[in-house]
Amino acid sequence: MSETYTLYNSTVMEHFMNPRNMGDLKDADGVGEVGAAACGDIMKISIKIKDGRIEDARFKTFGCGSAIASSSMATELIKGRTIDEAMSFSNQEVVDALGGLPPVKIHCSVLAEEALKAALEDYVKRNPSAAAKAATTDSVAA
Amino acid sequence: MRQVFLDHQSSTPVLPEVFDAMRPYFTEYFGNASSLHQHGLRVRDALKRARQQMAALIGAESEEEIYFTSDGTESSNLAIKGAAYANERKGKHLVISATEHPSVMNSLEFLEKQGWTCTRVGVTPQGMIRLDELEAAITPQTVLVAVHHVNHDIGTIQPMREVGQICATKNVPLYVDCEASAGWLPIDVKEWGAAMVSFSPHRFYGPKGVGVLYRNRKARIVSVIHGGVQEGGRRAGTENIPAIVGGGVAAEIAQERLSQRVTHVAPLQKRLWEGLKLNVPYIQLNGPEPGPDRVATNLNLSTEFIEGEGQLLLCDMNGIAVASGSSCVSKSLKISHVLGAIGLDHALAQGNIIMTLGEANTEADIDYVVETFAKIASKLRGMSPMWDEFEHGVIDSVIAPTGRGKSFSQHAAEVSGKPAH
Repeated sequence: MSETYTLYNSTVMEHFMNPRNMGDLKDADGVGEVGAAACGDIMKISIKIKDGRIEDARFKTFGCGSAIASSSMATELIKGRTIDEAMSFSNQEVVDALGGLPPVKIHCSVLAEEALKAALEDYVKRNPSAAAKAATTDSVAA
Repeated sequence: MRQVFLDHQSSTPVLPEVFDAMRPYFTEYFGNASSLHQHGLRVRDALKRARQQMAALIGAESEEEIYFTSDGTESSNLAIKGAAYANERKGKHLVISATEHPSVMNSLEFLEKQGWTCTRVGVTPQGMIRLDELEAAITPQTVLVAVHHVNHDIGTIQPMREVGQICATKNVPLYVDCEASAGWLPIDVKEWGAAMVSFSPHRFYGPKGVGVLYRNRKARIVSVIHGGVQEGGRRAGTENIPAIVGGGVAAEIAQERLSQRVTHVAPLQKRLWEGLKLNVPYIQLNGPEPGPDRVATNLNLSTEFIEGEGQLLLCDMNGIAVASGSSCVSKSLKISHVLGAIGLDHALAQGNIIMTLGEANTEADIDYVVETFAKIASKLRGMSPMWDEFEHGVIDSVIAPTGRGKSFSQHAAEVSGKPAH
C-alpha cells in the first residue's frame, strides 16, 4: 500500500506507538487508578512530588489507542506543575495537545484527568501538611 | 512490510473474472432492466442469468425465488419487516436467536416500538441456539423465526436442520441469514425448509452493492421500499446491474471452488489458533474449536489483560488487518452483543480480536501473524495496569485462574465506581 491511513491524527498515533512516561514510579508520592464505567478502560497515574511540584509522572493504561495516547500526553503536560495548578488540570488540555480526538473518544481524556486527580488526592491524603503548605505558599506568591 | 488481510468477514476482493464480467454493464450494456427496448431487454436477460446462478448456490428450485436488494442489511430488513407486515393479521410475534446480526436485531427493535413482540432465544457458551427454548418460544401468534446459519462474530454453525424441523412442525416460516456462510458452507434451502434466506456476494469475492433474498413461493412478504414494479413488486428501485452480474459470476465460482477454498483455509485456521495458543499466554478462543461446529474462516479470540482496539491498531501498523468486538471499537461503546449472549466475561470481551481467513492467505502469512501478535500482546501488557496487578496477585486471570486476587470485573467496578456492563 502506497499511502498509510490512520484512525487517529498523527500526534495521537505517535503517542500511542511511542508512549511517553509509560510505567510505574518507585516510591511514588501519589498513585491514582480510575476506570471508565462507559467502556471499561482503566488508567493508573503515579506522581513524584518535590517542593510542591510534580517532578515526575508515569502511567499504565488498559484501553484503546486514544486512552493510551491521552495518558501519555497528560503525564507530559503535568510535569513541573504545582499541586494547585495540577488540581485545576482539565481534559481539554489533553485534547488540544493531541490535536483533537474523535467525539466518541473524548471520555478517554477525561479518564486521564481523573487518574491524575486521583493521584493528587492520594498524595494529599498521605501528606496533609505538605499539601496545605504548598497551597499557602502558592497563594502568598500570587 | 508483509500485508496480511485477516478480515474477510468484512469483505473480500472482487475476482478478476468477476470484474471482467461486470465491466461491459457499466459502459456498453448500461440499459435499465425496466425498459422495453433492446438495451433493457439485454440486461433483463443478464438479470435472469444472475438469478439462476444465485438459485444454484443455495439449492433453490427456481430463479423466480431470488430477489435482488442493495446488500445483506436490506435483505434482512425486507425478510423481517416484509414478513411481519404481511402476516400482521395472523399474529404479531417473532422469534430470533440472541446472536443475530444487527440488521436482524435492530429490525426487530423497530417492530417492537410498533407493537410487535419478540422472543430472543438464548445460546450455549459456544453460541449454539438452545433448541428446546426455540421450540418453547413459538406461539400461535408467531409469524416468523429468524436464525442465522453462521455467526458473524464467533463462527458458530447453527443446527439448521433441527431448527428447520422445529419450524416445520410448528408451521412457522423460517428466515436464515447466510451472510457469514454463503460461499463457504453448502446451503440447501429445501433441506432446511427455509421460507427465506439472505446473503451477499461481497463475502465471497463478488462486488458490494448487491444483496440476495431467496423467498419460497409460499412465504408471504410485502415490500418495504416503494416505487416501481421491480423484483416482482417486492423491491422497488433500479437494479444495480453490474453488481448483480458480478455477484452471479462470483456465486457460480463459489459453488465450483467451495471445497477447494475450505480445504485451503481450514488448515490455516488450525495453524493460526495453535500458533497463537502456543506463543501468547492467557489467550482464549471464543466459540467452538475449529472443526464441524465452526466455519473454517473464523477465529474469535480474547487476549487477557489488554484491550482490543490497541491490538487492532498495532496489528494494522504491522500490515495485519483484523476486527474486534471490544467496546472501544464500537461507536456505541458497547461490547459485541454476541460476546454478551455467550456469557463472556467483560474483561475478555474487552480484549476481543476477530481474524477471518480467505483464499489469498498463506502459511507464511499465518506464521508472521503469530510472531507479530505475540510481540503486540507483550508490548500492550507492558503498558497495562491489569497485567501488572495480575503478576502481583491483585487480580486473577479468567482464562487460567490461579486462585489468588479478585476478579478483573470486581476490580474494574471498584475503580470506576460502577459495575462493568
